[in-house]
Amino acid sequence: MHETANTTSFLFGRLSWDAIPFHEPILLWTFIAVAIGGVALLALITRLGAWGMLWRDWFTSVDHKKIGIMYIVLGVVMLLRGFSDAIMMRIQQAWAFGDSMGYLPPHHYDQIFTAHGVIMIFFVAMPLVVGLMNIVVPLQIGARDVAFPFLNNFSFWMTVAGAVLVMLSLFVGEFAKTGWLAYPPLSGIAYSPDVGVDYYAWSLQIAGVGTLLSGVNFIVTIVKMRAPGMTLMKMPIFTWTALCTNVLIVAAFPVLTAVLALLSLDRYVGTNFFTNDFGGNAMMYVNLIWIWGHPEVYILILPVFGVFSEVVSTFSGKKLFGYASMVYATVVITILSYLVWLHHFFTMGSGASVNSFFGITTMIISIPTGAKMFNWLFTMYRGRIRFEVPMLWAVGFMVTFVVGGMTGVLLAVPPADFVLHNSLFLIAHFHNVIIGGVVFGLFAGINYWFPKAMGFRLDPFWGKVSFWFWLSGYWIAFTPLYVLGLMGVTRRLSHFDDPSLQIWFQIALVGAVLILFGIMAFLVQLYVSIRDRARLRDSSGDPWNGRTLEWSTSSPAPAYNFAFTPRVHEQDAWADMKQRGHRRPTSGFLPIHMPKNTAAGIVLAGLAMACGFALIWHIWWMAGAAFVALVASAIAHTFNSDRDFHIPAEEVARVEGERTRLLAQQV
Amino acid sequence: MSTTHHNASGAHGGADEPHVHSHDHGHGGGAPHSTLKGYMTGFVLSVILTAIPFWIVMGDVFKSNHTATVVVLAFAFVQIFVHMVYFLHMNTSSEGGWNMLALIFTGVLVIITLSGSLWVMYHMNANMMPPSVHDMRNMP
Amino acid sequence: MSTTAQMASNAGEAPVFYLTEDHHPENGTLLGFWLYLMSDCLIFACLFAMYGVLGGSYAAGPGPKELFDLPLVAVNTSMLLLSSITYGFAMLEMQRSNKIPTLIWLFVTGCFGLAFLGIELTEFHHMIAEGAGPQRSAFLSSFFTLVGTHGLHVSFGIIWLVVLMVQVGQRGLTAVNQRRLSCLSLFWHFLDVVWIGVFTFVYLMGVLR
Repeated sequence: MHETANTTSFLFGRLSWDAIPFHEPILLWTFIAVAIGGVALLALITRLGAWGMLWRDWFTSVDHKKIGIMYIVLGVVMLLRGFSDAIMMRIQQAWAFGDSMGYLPPHHYDQIFTAHGVIMIFFVAMPLVVGLMNIVVPLQIGARDVAFPFLNNFSFWMTVAGAVLVMLSLFVGEFAKTGWLAYPPLSGIAYSPDVGVDYYAWSLQIAGVGTLLSGVNFIVTIVKMRAPGMTLMKMPIFTWTALCTNVLIVAAFPVLTAVLALLSLDRYVGTNFFTNDFGGNAMMYVNLIWIWGHPEVYILILPVFGVFSEVVSTFSGKKLFGYASMVYATVVITILSYLVWLHHFFTMGSGASVNSFFGITTMIISIPTGAKMFNWLFTMYRGRIRFEVPMLWAVGFMVTFVVGGMTGVLLAVPPADFVLHNSLFLIAHFHNVIIGGVVFGLFAGINYWFPKAMGFRLDPFWGKVSFWFWLSGYWIAFTPLYVLGLMGVTRRLSHFDDPSLQIWFQIALVGAVLILFGIMAFLVQLYVSIRDRARLRDSSGDPWNGRTLEWSTSSPAPAYNFAFTPRVHEQDAWADMKQRGHRRPTSGFLPIHMPKNTAAGIVLAGLAMACGFALIWHIWWMAGAAFVALVASAIAHTFNSDRDFHIPAEEVARVEGERTRLLAQQV
Repeated sequence: MSTTHHNASGAHGGADEPHVHSHDHGHGGGAPHSTLKGYMTGFVLSVILTAIPFWIVMGDVFKSNHTATVVVLAFAFVQIFVHMVYFLHMNTSSEGGWNMLALIFTGVLVIITLSGSLWVMYHMNANMMPPSVHDMRNMP
Repeated sequence: MSTTAQMASNAGEAPVFYLTEDHHPENGTLLGFWLYLMSDCLIFACLFAMYGVLGGSYAAGPGPKELFDLPLVAVNTSMLLLSSITYGFAMLEMQRSNKIPTLIWLFVTGCFGLAFLGIELTEFHHMIAEGAGPQRSAFLSSFFTLVGTHGLHVSFGIIWLVVLMVQVGQRGLTAVNQRRLSCLSLFWHFLDVVWIGVFTFVYLMGVLR
């Protein structure tokens, strides 16, 4: 008897049938729904015979455009999960008053708000941002791919591996109940002895490797692979913000890696970094994780500032106002974002000198952001504005984001923060900047660059429906939270006693439902656009009368991006080429040197995921085996020297000839 | 300095290499040319700069620990520079200055992380963990 | 490239917007690897900060004065320093395209690295045997983690060194292998720089504390 128990725990670690939540009806039904959906999807792919195509053309692809699209698919799928969490919380909070306890038990509610935060930041916003950068940056700088195409594929799959682990926690075991940053001592082994925090730590570690490597990749790409003539001050502004974002990624994510590793050591080895006894200091965790966490919010917002700059300039038909000031503002934000982290924990008690330093730096950081806002307004001033869908998102952003910025400045004042800290006012503030900034920007970017990635535009009607639902939904969902926060209601509560508060939560629920309609409208937009792709086809490659190099090639761009590398003379290189009458070369094509697809990325990431899963469940043999296999496969990959090939000149001539034909039809 | 003129020598790789398949032609593709003199200078300096602080601490050279700490830190600082220049071949021209820029940026962040954390946590300890109940009563 | 630039500057003619010859951007591996090292540097910065904050929290356990054996640390430091200069010699031989001497110096470097690791493990073993393991106090947790992370880097450096020796042995000093050796050179010397921080900040200043 004892013998078998030992063998089982050796083979399966902490994993047992108890880990499967049969007793939780909500989870069980979710699982059944997901399982049916998953099986249906797999069956559909099999029936279409698409496995080979998916594997060859997508999963193993090192083409930055395809990897970008896969990132965006990942982000949208995870958005659905993250939003399900959100609306479940809203329903619970609108419901659980007085005698009613709502429908979510506290331990489940706590997992939901943790998962919501983690998923929205790491597996929605990050993949969407990285996806846009993947699709756009190489095209904007006139390059044929990123600097390290294989690493790009590997980074993507590491992000997927992290996302899969988080999703797995829904059905196998549980997720952290600690809030999205997992502060100790709550996240320590003493108060969270189960697997939730381990899921959290390992999924973020694995996804973090991917993020870090893609950061390195993009910096090198932008530094080394710009088209001749494109000096730094002639780079498109989105590329500039992408550069600064990736600098932040490379400089901030190691801090997250370190601090999560330290937390894991506390949990696995019994060290005393963040424990209450033996000299540990839990506030050091808070300190370190915000040294990563504050740059992280700029990692998300800077690229969408770039998106808005491109969108506003294109749809106003003008050069961006104050290009240089925009660049300097971005660089200043990049550096300042490292000097404000303590404003997330003014109430820790570091005293007046420390708090005033960080309060002042926080207020200073709003200046370059404000400068950007004026640049966009002045770009629109006296422009011929076309209110296409991306431009709508941009205008909605400007109105919404300014309010979020101002409530941020309120929170930057330490005495005010002592009142508002941990309240729903804070929740309203950061959703104001993240939805009003990042999400609106991502939708603007997706609508703007969709034709470049897919070859046809997104349907404008459903895009507008989505926009208006999102905009009104945001305001109706989060304005009540500002009010509640000022009344002193704290965050992360699953039940309230004071019935006078209920109406505010019910209004917020209405807003969340409107956002749900916004998301559904976006899905309908995707469906309608794919159905009507012939009508929405972009055969010119330049559907918006764009200004930067990505619009100079066909939609979708060919595998090699540019048959001839463009030579840049001015900012807004493509606008310059159109204005000065460039002639597209139609002969003299050369063979083009390209990287080969490889399965190494997906294999390595799969092994990393297996290793993470084993560590979460204390299945030591499997963790060891997966780790050894991971290192061995990585080494084996370095022995592979068959990594590139040439697209023959005839093939290039054929593709370009097709484009010539399409362009001729245009006129 | 031996390390400063390596870029002038331009292309390495090329003629004497069996495959010239990959993409590095010319400068920037490979490591900078280093010289025996450079490595030896770096090594000798490092040995000296390592030996002295060990001697200071092990031999109790300074009466005050505070002075010793400052001196030891100063030696470490200089030695890091020596390593950067002679072993890592840092200069303002390699990779178009981007290496140096990245290094300076990282240096600034390391200083912010280290000094910021120490400053913040010191103040928290001072304010939140007063040495005695008496002090706590007299806090502002 | 120079011809296109000239033509663009002639105001009268239409500027050249496309390059007609093949365009090869510079290889970015060394820059990319350097950026990775910078990120690694920040991991170490966090661990140093951790040690800086918790380095005095002995929790009534042993402190640096009782635990650290400075002569041993000095020997260890010299191992790493020697491995640095021998790696330098390997790079010099690589520049002269001497395959066998390169391999020999790489081998010597690996041996010094192993000696370093061996001494470090002995030190750890002694401390743990005395009851001063990483669980004993926050000071020891941060000590073991900081020094251990450095040691882990050295271990991976040695694995990488062996792999590169095999690759150089198989394929010679090709451009790819030269670049890889240059990357490992950066890695190896970078670890030496981190060690300067470790022996100063942890060992010497610990004893002075």
